[in-house]
Amino acid sequence: MKSARRGKVVSYNKWGYIFLIPFVVVYLVFSLIPLIDTVYNSFFENYRIGLNQVGPNFVGLENFKAIFTSGEVWIYAKNTMIMWLLGFVPQIIISLLLGAWFSDPSLRLKGQRFFKTVIYLPNLIMASAFAMLFFTLFSDGGPINSLMIQTGLISTPFKFMSNVWSTRFLVATMNCLMWFGNTTILLMAGMMGIDTSLFEAAQVDGATSTQVFFRITLPLLRPILIYVMMTSLIGGLQMFDVPQILTGGTGDPMRSSMTLIMYLNKHLFSKNYGMGGALSVILFMITGVLSLLVYKVSNKKETY
Amino acid sequence: MKKKVLSALLSATLIVSMLAGCGGNNDNPAGNTTPQPSQTSEQKPSDTQEPAAAEGQVLNIYCWNNEFRDRVVALYPGYEKIDETHGTIGDVSVVWNETPNKDNAYQNNLDQNLLNQESAAADSKIDMFLVEADYALKYVNSDYTMAVSDLGISSSDIANQYKYTQDVVTDSNGVLKGLSWQGCPGVMFYNREAAKEIFGSDDPATVQENVKDWATFNATAKTVADKGYKMVSSANDTYRTYSNNVSSPWVVDGKINVDENLMNWVNDSKALVDAGYTGTHDLWSDDWSAGFFPQGKVFCYFGPAWLVNYSMSADKEGSIGFNGGWGATEGPQGFFWGGTWICAATGTDNPTLVKDIMLQMTTNEEIMTDIVTTYDDFVNNKPAMEAMAADPNYSSKVLGGQNPLAMYCAGVDSLDLSNLSDYDQGCNEEFQKAMKNYFEGNASLDEAMQMFYKAVVEKYPNLTY
Repeated sequence: MKSARRGKVVSYNKWGYIFLIPFVVVYLVFSLIPLIDTVYNSFFENYRIGLNQVGPNFVGLENFKAIFTSGEVWIYAKNTMIMWLLGFVPQIIISLLLGAWFSDPSLRLKGQRFFKTVIYLPNLIMASAFAMLFFTLFSDGGPINSLMIQTGLISTPFKFMSNVWSTRFLVATMNCLMWFGNTTILLMAGMMGIDTSLFEAAQVDGATSTQVFFRITLPLLRPILIYVMMTSLIGGLQMFDVPQILTGGTGDPMRSSMTLIMYLNKHLFSKNYGMGGALSVILFMITGVLSLLVYKVSNKKETY
Repeated sequence: MKKKVLSALLSATLIVSMLAGCGGNNDNPAGNTTPQPSQTSEQKPSDTQEPAAAEGQVLNIYCWNNEFRDRVVALYPGYEKIDETHGTIGDVSVVWNETPNKDNAYQNNLDQNLLNQESAAADSKIDMFLVEADYALKYVNSDYTMAVSDLGISSSDIANQYKYTQDVVTDSNGVLKGLSWQGCPGVMFYNREAAKEIFGSDDPATVQENVKDWATFNATAKTVADKGYKMVSSANDTYRTYSNNVSSPWVVDGKINVDENLMNWVNDSKALVDAGYTGTHDLWSDDWSAGFFPQGKVFCYFGPAWLVNYSMSADKEGSIGFNGGWGATEGPQGFFWGGTWICAATGTDNPTLVKDIMLQMTTNEEIMTDIVTTYDDFVNNKPAMEAMAADPNYSSKVLGGQNPLAMYCAGVDSLDLSNLSDYDQGCNEEFQKAMKNYFEGNASLDEAMQMFYKAVVEKYPNLTY
């Protein structure tokens, strides 16, 4: 009897492992092995010129040295962060506001479902299609320019793609538009998880809605906010498709809108796995450090 | 137990199906399942006319669009069409492997398969592939392309072809490794209405007088601008005219070399852009093509026959081309743009058939005349084209009844392409991109040059500057 029961326990454990196999295998094949391979590749000179393969020759840290001495990687890191911040700040403000309105039962908003769907819709469009759309809209002879000329705002077309800040601003706008719906849904879920008795108590005590938002909602929302920050930061560092399509892969003017991943992509023309690997390792470290920083700063001891 | 097996099976299928997605794309979709034993490559393509039975059963052709396919399907004797990308010639089935050019996808795919050529099964080996001038040398200077003489094509077979079309695909040792059925000499297309308004006449000779060299061309730009027209749509329009007339290649001894004539393009274009006589749009963008219509107010475009016939909205009502409103003249300098070359891949198991297709399509005068009448191509056959140039019955509707062939013939004769290099595609693209920053005032000339060098070295890490 005893031995039979133990046998059952063991076999249940086995099931657990069996169910884990798909994940583990997929993780190993598609994540861990490529990760190790990338680090390994970064120590080699390995590229193709036309149809001729050069390398792989072991060069130690030469690739990293080349990247750091040219210093370009910091310029592109700066570009990436600027464009991320430009998009993220308005995005989080809009999302908080919308989230607070949607989750406030006293407002009794009509057609909530409809609006929630609508604000999420931009995220369903492919980023590249969205970028193409913006490229056409804001081209020198595009609808935006002709609109501005016809209303008499400007007399000659404004070259959006030839100006550093207008290009960056367009990229940020697109990212903001695409992701604010997603963030709103996340924050709303967080807000609805807050105990309603706290809001009622505050109301009984005579708190204004601003006070409720800053004293109750925001502090209790902190875990979700951190999560949103982190995912957005990591996503922002990997920003690629929108600026790539908008600037035709050049990151112009003068590469002021070139992101880290676009720079990485430049090395793939010659199948330069060495430089590409080194750049990826650096990117990995930047992401790690920034995530840690965000986590440390926002995870301070609760003060209330 | 049953459940265990089932679940193991399910997870296995899940994994396998995911892995299947990463498989190479070089599987051959040929219905022929039994791979033929590979032929000894020493087999000399003798004078046997019909494809010998001993040769491969599948002819694989790599291309990026339907241009060559359409011509073979319609005009190659004995081609039977099965569907868009499959057909047969005699007993041999033909498979077209079409990958679009965008983002280098065609070359990436071709490179990968050429590198696997040796280990590929006989029926999935590449037999024939197409290349463009900008990157032809990359393939021609490698061992992956067969010399046409090894196929049994002699220099007398191709004596009627234009020399420049052979220059493009001649390797560094002087061996010819490809052939083309077309020539793409470029001329200057001007807006006839604008010419009447500006010069009082739309006669090609009058216009030519005003654009006969670059100094005159740039001076005329002011006159043109005074009448409210842009001289050319974009600075990039004139690029090929300068870059085809360089006196040194892009790369000399592993060092990037910017020819004097390219700097002339930069200086001339900067002056034009600064004065507002032209724009900086990328070719093929909407802003660039605005001048295909009268309201775009562009005086001229540079290009070969295919540009004005197919790419300048001549099929759209209201466009200049639709109303036969373009005129053609030689312009300041001769140049060419585009063109497709046919190369035989080393290791092909159908050398006889490859040879025959190359000969039929690029030397058979009857087929080539058909190409002219059906597709409006300018074909690679000197006597045939010269005869047509003198033919008063041939005229172009888009050009308002002008017969431009004599002009093309003259332009193509003067082309000298001895300064091509393996790196042309990357260098040309990056040079135009970098200089756009200079033209628009976002960088000094020096900064733009540094940007160019940087971008080229990213593409070709073996180069220095």
